Amino acid sequence: MSVEAWTTLFVLLSFILYLYIGWRSRVRDSQGFFVADRGVPAIANGAATAADWMSAASFISMAGLISFLGYDGSIYLMGWTGGYVLLALLLAPYLRKFGKYTVPDFVGDRYYSNVARLVAVVAAIFVSLTYVAGQMRGVGIVFSRFLQVPVETGVIIGMVIVGFFAVLGGMKGITWTQVAQYGVLIVAYLIPAVAISTFLTGNPIPQLAFGFSDIVDKLDGVQVDLGFAAYTQPFANKSMLDVLFIAIALMVGTAGLPHVIVRFYTVPSPRDARFSAGWALLFIAILYTTAPAVAAFARYNLIESLHDRPVAEVQQLDWAQKWENTGLLEFKDTNNDGRYQLTPDEATNEIVINADIVVLSTPEVAKLAPWAIALVATGGLAAALSTASGLLLVISSSVAHDVYYRLINPQASESKRVMVGRVMVGFAIVIAGYFGVNPPGFVAQVVAFAFGLAAASFFPAIVLGIFDARTNREGAISGMLVGLVFTTIYIIGVKFYGMEPWFSGISAEGIGTVGMVLNFIVTWVVSRLTPPPPEAIRQMVENLRLPGDAPPALVDVGEEELD
Amino acid sequence: MNDRQRHHAYWKANTALIRNLLLVWAGVSIGCSILLVRPLNAISFGKIPFGFWMAQQGSIFIFVILIFIYALGMEKIDRNYKE
Repeated sequence: MSVEAWTTLFVLLSFILYLYIGWRSRVRDSQGFFVADRGVPAIANGAATAADWMSAASFISMAGLISFLGYDGSIYLMGWTGGYVLLALLLAPYLRKFGKYTVPDFVGDRYYSNVARLVAVVAAIFVSLTYVAGQMRGVGIVFSRFLQVPVETGVIIGMVIVGFFAVLGGMKGITWTQVAQYGVLIVAYLIPAVAISTFLTGNPIPQLAFGFSDIVDKLDGVQVDLGFAAYTQPFANKSMLDVLFIAIALMVGTAGLPHVIVRFYTVPSPRDARFSAGWALLFIAILYTTAPAVAAFARYNLIESLHDRPVAEVQQLDWAQKWENTGLLEFKDTNNDGRYQLTPDEATNEIVINADIVVLSTPEVAKLAPWAIALVATGGLAAALSTASGLLLVISSSVAHDVYYRLINPQASESKRVMVGRVMVGFAIVIAGYFGVNPPGFVAQVVAFAFGLAAASFFPAIVLGIFDARTNREGAISGMLVGLVFTTIYIIGVKFYGMEPWFSGISAEGIGTVGMVLNFIVTWVVSRLTPPPPEAIRQMVENLRLPGDAPPALVDVGEEELD
Repeated sequence: MNDRQRHHAYWKANTALIRNLLLVWAGVSIGCSILLVRPLNAISFGKIPFGFWMAQQGSIFIFVILIFIYALGMEKIDRNYKE
């Protein structure tokens, strides 16, 4: 069978599985729709969180980015895993104990303020929308690369699939499909990784082959010979300060992303939330410790098979031909010596390699059968669909729960709340699909936003809300606003208006760290200059810190009673 | 101990555990993998520089272990509290 036939078969089978799970998990009440009845076992929630977290970018692009950045690519590896330590120690168990539905729920109740709730809602929707547009585009791209379907058609197929299980099953449907999607994506990632590791080093375990074979050492030598910085040399592309700030912004941003936090509302108890975070990071780590090995092996292999080879020889390579046709690999023998040279200088470089090639071409380079190549496509789709569905639920619950139920119509019946939830999921899918078909040119650039804003807004508000009982409404609102405004202006200025990165040369990706520190300082100071929170709130914080599963008795304090 | 003291002791044990684990967390990620990466690269781990290995693999393994230490540590603190 051809690669296309295998791909079609695998993609269809996986879609049938997702639809079946979605149908089995359909729900009727709001507890089921927004937090999966709080009945997801810790290990299953771990797998769902891992699938939710690892997007099309993690699956397809990350190894490629690392292979071009070398040491400096570590910002992604550490940044997108280290945040789980913060999440497990500082946020997840307490938010589970708090026992509501969303992140704005916590912010609004803890700071006894609908203004704080609204700031959180706006930030949650903005962060999730920027993120989801890229995912839908990813679905379309996988379809077009592997099945020669137009990108637009691919996006629409993805919308229909996600729509089915998200509308019917809400959080419950999403959770159990994500568990299945994790299985698909990790198998799809590991098979080619094991194959290329065995092919180049004879050691089938990529994590071990990375440190104990001589590939990385040889790669260092080859890179230096070609005029590049050595692969393992730190700070070749970014300064130490910038690397530090980006890594922190990604870690803190990860811990503050609403679609990750809400996953911990679905487990039965705070104890399960702690273990669940451990399982989640373990499942993520399986892919994230494989990625640097794939990155180094693929880079070495690409240089060895392409650099300084005669034109005729390169034309004999099936995979080089195939990827040249897609435009992801480009050759041009500019100096007409009959060979292609890879150099760091754009004027003399004759081989242009797109970062996505690294993962996509690995199975062919390692001479795997067509079914293994098809599996990579299915895995990429699983990664994109699982992340998209988690984000869509956050957007839906922000509107249906935080805005409609908490702010507009607190008397709404159960069935009405679920109905609004379903309609909002559908609405969010249409918007995400629209951005998937017509991607705004700035999508790739605004991803920095998602992490920067999550770091500068939610993280300090939640951490102080739990660990500092004195933090009050005035402090939290001014802190979030200062963090958001500073980070937004800096990112927009640097990315779109050519502003100098005036803060010690920190790039837009890393400025969220500064926004977070500002937020902490402003919240702390303003809280101490204004009246302390009411007794009921102090009692609630006290209860959050106690063991046991009972959610703290909540007193709804109206704003008018306070003033 | 009365209830209030018990609560206080529980919270203190919890925050002490969190503080210690976060110190390790910062030590491996910010310390070994970024600020000290140059000197640590002089040492080899297997066949690659140690600082580079920490940044790309070692730190991730340690992150996973830290979360499980916390979850298990809290089990113990929870048990002591109940007795």
